[in-house]
Amino acid sequence: MGKRARAAVLLAAVVLFPIAVRNPYVLHLLILSMLWIVLGQSWNLLGGYTGQISYGHAAFFGVGAYTSAIMVKSGMSPAAAWSGLALGGVAAALVGLVIGWICFRLRGPYFSLSVLALAEVLRLTAVNWKSVTNGAEGILYIPAFTSKAAYYWIILALVAVNFLVIRAVMASKPGSYFLAIREDQDCAESLGIDTTRYKLLSLLLSAFFTGSAGAFYMNYMGFIDPGIVFSIADISIMMILVTMLGGAATRWGPAVGAVVYILVSELFRVWVGSGHILFFGILIIVIIIFFPQGIVGTLGAWRERRRRRASAGQQATKEAA
Amino acid sequence: MSPQVAGQIELLGQVLISGILLGGLYALIGLGMSLIMGVMKIINLAHGELMMVAMYMTYWAFTLLHVDPYVSLLMVCPAMFLFGLAIQRYLITPVMDAESVLPQNQVLLTVGLGLVLSNLALLLFTANYRSVPVSYASKTIYWDIKLGGQTISLSFSYPFLVAFGIAVALGALLFLFLGMTDTGRMIRATAQDKRAAALMGVNTRRITAITFGIGAALVGAAGALLDPVYYLYPQIGGPFTNKAFVITILGGLGNIPGAVLGGLVLGLAESLGSVYISLGYKDAFGFIIFVLVLIFLPRGLLGKGRA
Repeated sequence: MGKRARAAVLLAAVVLFPIAVRNPYVLHLLILSMLWIVLGQSWNLLGGYTGQISYGHAAFFGVGAYTSAIMVKSGMSPAAAWSGLALGGVAAALVGLVIGWICFRLRGPYFSLSVLALAEVLRLTAVNWKSVTNGAEGILYIPAFTSKAAYYWIILALVAVNFLVIRAVMASKPGSYFLAIREDQDCAESLGIDTTRYKLLSLLLSAFFTGSAGAFYMNYMGFIDPGIVFSIADISIMMILVTMLGGAATRWGPAVGAVVYILVSELFRVWVGSGHILFFGILIIVIIIFFPQGIVGTLGAWRERRRRRASAGQQATKEAA
Repeated sequence: MSPQVAGQIELLGQVLISGILLGGLYALIGLGMSLIMGVMKIINLAHGELMMVAMYMTYWAFTLLHVDPYVSLLMVCPAMFLFGLAIQRYLITPVMDAESVLPQNQVLLTVGLGLVLSNLALLLFTANYRSVPVSYASKTIYWDIKLGGQTISLSFSYPFLVAFGIAVALGALLFLFLGMTDTGRMIRATAQDKRAAALMGVNTRRITAITFGIGAALVGAAGALLDPVYYLYPQIGGPFTNKAFVITILGGLGNIPGAVLGGLVLGLAESLGSVYISLGYKDAFGFIIFVLVLIFLPRGLLGKGRA
């Protein structure tokens, strides 16, 4: 079988999976994994490829979730809630536009810290603006579908769109500009790249998909409150962890990281009960000190080294002959 | 003057006083952050969590050994200094040498460290709110002023006043230390230009570790001083980390006198905002000022920081 045929079979298997396996628990884990793949990939676009580290992506996640939730609360049909996938993304991108416009003209940690502050301000707003957000009580919503399969396909589509858009962007000129900005901003600027504009573009895409994922979360879980969707520890930092665990600035890293993250947190939930955040905190430290390239990056480097050693060995035998 | 006007003046005076007293503690937190920022060029996102550790030390010293929080400063500060030294030496230094695509590796490390500290405290001490029930917790000193036939009575919380005094003393000590001692000069030299300092024979690794230790000791002192007037719980660090970086940006990155000003401004903003605008948004006012400073004065209030 050729590479294309293999990919087609794999894709068909992934799409048809919920028809073959109806176990809701398995589907739930897969849906969560795919949600985190979107979050990891979105963070990776801005943080990994463009080098603009965000400690507050929960801001965009929460804006997306609340956009969708407020539409439901104001009595719109479930179909309208689903349009939150697009509108939530747009709302998050608009928030990103404002914060990016303010911060990207500056260098240094300003952007990273501003997003962190933004997430906190939005959380406080969601707690205090009771007439719109229900405050700390949160917003409850009866999910539209009873079967998990529907959610599986929706989030699968979101993962696919997210993956293809990022791949297309990274294969085009803006993608190269992103890398150039990450590697050396002065150099990028001296080559005529409008660094502020391209940092903003990267942020807009990243915020859009994060907001869209937030809207999906709202529709799937049927409940949000400010502490959940604007959480620093559970959303903002875990998005960084997922990306770094899999491998920042790699194509498949966030996906690998997301699956491992969901499996590990599920194991913790079932067997230990609590302490999973403590474990992930330690994991972040271990990754940064020992495996800064993550799973995919470390495996890639390892394979590269083996290949080079093998080819060096071949050369040596050739020379000997 | 009508009684209403006098009442308004009294309220305003009271708000300003509590803002400045709170600002003194914030300044202490900001000084530690700014010092670390100056020498290491990183924002320490575990700063609030370090304060939380010091608060628990003070709490246990009071509960188990009956040591007054102000006396335990003598123990908490050195302990936090050593803790900071160890973190810098064994966690942050190895990362400086590691290769990575992400530019802010060390900051990410402090994020992980903050998570570990707060969740370890959660595991060990549970999520319960605790307080240090000192006998003078609610003691107040009144100051009556005669103004236009009305008496304006301003109250000063005793523990806040003591905390402010100690914070000022520690700040002054820090300035003397940075200005007069060899180690202080080496710290300033390293902050100014690390490579040049190294060429002049400064052991920059040692200085960096000492700086992180001093930063931890300062925020530890703030924690011990905060204990008699505040609740403590494992997640208290996060909000204070946020305050610390807001102060640092207000003052200009790495600008030490600026950090004092930033602390006072934040204390006043929170105090004024929570009385005159809304208590629910108390923690948001600092961020709003932060964003305004970013737009209009990105080099900080004193205009000397690095933009």
